[in-house]
Amino acid sequence: MKKLFAILLSAVLCIGLFAACGTTDDTTAADDSNSAEATGSVYWLNFKPESDEVLQQVAAMYTEKTGVEVKVVTAASGTYSQTLTSEMDKSAPPTLFVIGNQAGVKDWADYALDLTGTAIEQELNTDAYNLYAEDGKLVSIGYCFECYGIIVNPDLLTKAGHSVEEIKNFETLKAVVEDIHARAAELGFDAFSACDMDDSSSWRFTGHLANLEYFYEERDDGGWTECPASLKGTYMENFKNLYDLCINNSTQDPTSLATGGHDSEAEFKEGKAAFFVNGSWEYSAVSETVPNATMIPYYCGVEGEEKAGLNCGTENCWAINAKASEEDQKATMDFMVWCVTDPEASRLLVDSFGVMPYKNAVESTNGFLAAADKYTADGCYVMDWATNYQPNVDTYRAGLVSALNAYNSDQSDANWESVRVAFVDGWAAQYAAANN
Amino acid sequence: MKAPMRRWSWLFIGPVVVAFIIGFVWPFIQGIYLSFCKFRLISDAKIIGFDNYSKALQDPTFTHAFWYTALFAIVSLIIINIIAFLIAYLLTQGIKGSNLFRTVFFMPNLIGGIVLGYIWSMIFDGILSKFGTSILENSTWGFWGLIILMCWQQIGYMMIIYIAGLQAVPEDMLEAAKIDGATKGQTLRKVIIPNVMPSITICTFLSLTNGFKLFDQNLALTAGKPIITMAGGTQIKTTEMLALNIYNTFYGQNSSATGVAQAKAVMFFILVAAIGLIQLYYTRRKEVQQ
Repeated sequence: MKKLFAILLSAVLCIGLFAACGTTDDTTAADDSNSAEATGSVYWLNFKPESDEVLQQVAAMYTEKTGVEVKVVTAASGTYSQTLTSEMDKSAPPTLFVIGNQAGVKDWADYALDLTGTAIEQELNTDAYNLYAEDGKLVSIGYCFECYGIIVNPDLLTKAGHSVEEIKNFETLKAVVEDIHARAAELGFDAFSACDMDDSSSWRFTGHLANLEYFYEERDDGGWTECPASLKGTYMENFKNLYDLCINNSTQDPTSLATGGHDSEAEFKEGKAAFFVNGSWEYSAVSETVPNATMIPYYCGVEGEEKAGLNCGTENCWAINAKASEEDQKATMDFMVWCVTDPEASRLLVDSFGVMPYKNAVESTNGFLAAADKYTADGCYVMDWATNYQPNVDTYRAGLVSALNAYNSDQSDANWESVRVAFVDGWAAQYAAANN
Repeated sequence: MKAPMRRWSWLFIGPVVVAFIIGFVWPFIQGIYLSFCKFRLISDAKIIGFDNYSKALQDPTFTHAFWYTALFAIVSLIIINIIAFLIAYLLTQGIKGSNLFRTVFFMPNLIGGIVLGYIWSMIFDGILSKFGTSILENSTWGFWGLIILMCWQQIGYMMIIYIAGLQAVPEDMLEAAKIDGATKGQTLRKVIIPNVMPSITICTFLSLTNGFKLFDQNLALTAGKPIITMAGGTQIKTTEMLALNIYNTFYGQNSSATGVAQAKAVMFFILVAAIGLIQLYYTRRKEVQQ
């Protein structure tokens, strides 16, 4: 009797255990059989949390129309590279993923299908946003482009007795900004919104604002086609000009920026600040309360900058997994083409992402991208995203953030020298680390 | 009766052994294998020999992280154990409400490391912002901040172990000491401490290895900041400990660095195991038989 009881008990235990272990297996097996019926499926690993909602919507639309399963997974903010690394190792890896910059090309080119001559490439109206590997393979293809600069609230400028038109270069920008900051208490708003240096905000400076230095240096070099091994730092003074202007004329004290916690976007939306350093993806949020918000270039005291335009480029580049099955690759390609040609889908995507550089995609309604177009039409030069060449980007930027934190709390020459070292020497060191 | 039990033993041990192999032994072996490889994805690794190890040993951030971790482990080991023992000693003297105190002191240990890190970063920055600075800007504060955090979390846990040890000290020994005219200090040194040696062994082992393996709290509190970029561009993350250094190497750099991170992880394991075993050996020798 005892023996029987023991056997029974252990049997129950084991069944419980294996049932628990088995559940996940069962569902994946079911998934596999589904996708096999529909000849290939799409798995898009997305890197922008703010776009997740729209992508899920687009994916559902496509499944409804064609019956092809589209799964969109979004990596948590700042963890795209970790998520991609682990997802790619799984038995059902992403079929569609993002290779957004040269560092990404270096890491992932072997896993990307050559897109040369494919259906999606033929839909493009420019090859300006494509990324190529060293051997000329077309690794990834831009699905939208964006722009960044300084977002301005024209109404507040008018209130302060100024206008957007009067800002033509660094001198005039500085005059307007410093005037507003000096009268902040009386006006009820300040010049710049908070310039926080925590992870959710520091990229606006170490990624975007830094671009002005890279861009002008790149222009002097006659354009970069690959990551330069070192920087000269020729335009560090210009970077300092604009950076100082931002942090010293803002709603927050520069010494409080290291930990962050201020809501820069809300400050701008609520009319507490007239200037906001950010990009075109902010348009839908900002235009809710500031419908006539516009964007001006990074004026920083470079000669001839009256002819500067906005910073236009992208990190949104699609790559197809070369190791996925042929059916999945085909399903993914069909899905991509549909995204850029279907009026309804491209409307959703364009409203969320910005301009899609494809022949049959709908026009953008984004006011900031319209501003970018206007600058170009007026004969201004586009500042391209030289920042995409940053070697070992996360490590490089982390070093820069730390140096800027020290500078923010004590704006001495010695501390700026540390910023310069992190900016210029840090580039060379990270380039060496990434390329040996 | 023995024979059938033995025949069925695999049924009871089996599931645990299988889980242990899947969750520990196999990844461990794979980890050692990968430390000799260059890889982006685990599924297509190429063996390259000892390259990763030589690169890891030449990495100045790794040596910095090692010494920083060692210092942290020793300082936290001393502070945590002294305070935990004192509190345990006080709470076994029969003072009023000692059960409530025990519970309260133990509770921080129930909160996860990441959450604790963020809570304490808010507390520290709340204070430091009054002085126009932040814990992310000064490595000395980063170090002591981490020590305070660890003490707050670990003291309660160690206290429980010490209380158990203190309660197991035989009453008759204490009584004999009292009759022989031993002072409180003498009783503590000559009777109590030798008798709680097993607890001291376990507590020092735990706090030492915890100090070396610390990751979540480090990531959430400072994430290695402030970072100093030296002339020439080499970055030193001044408050980065070993585990975080391995993590940053793995994810912060290009694909040739994943193998280096793996090599660092293997060395890290050997180091922690060795230190733990040496410490166990020495404190064990001090234990007395009751």
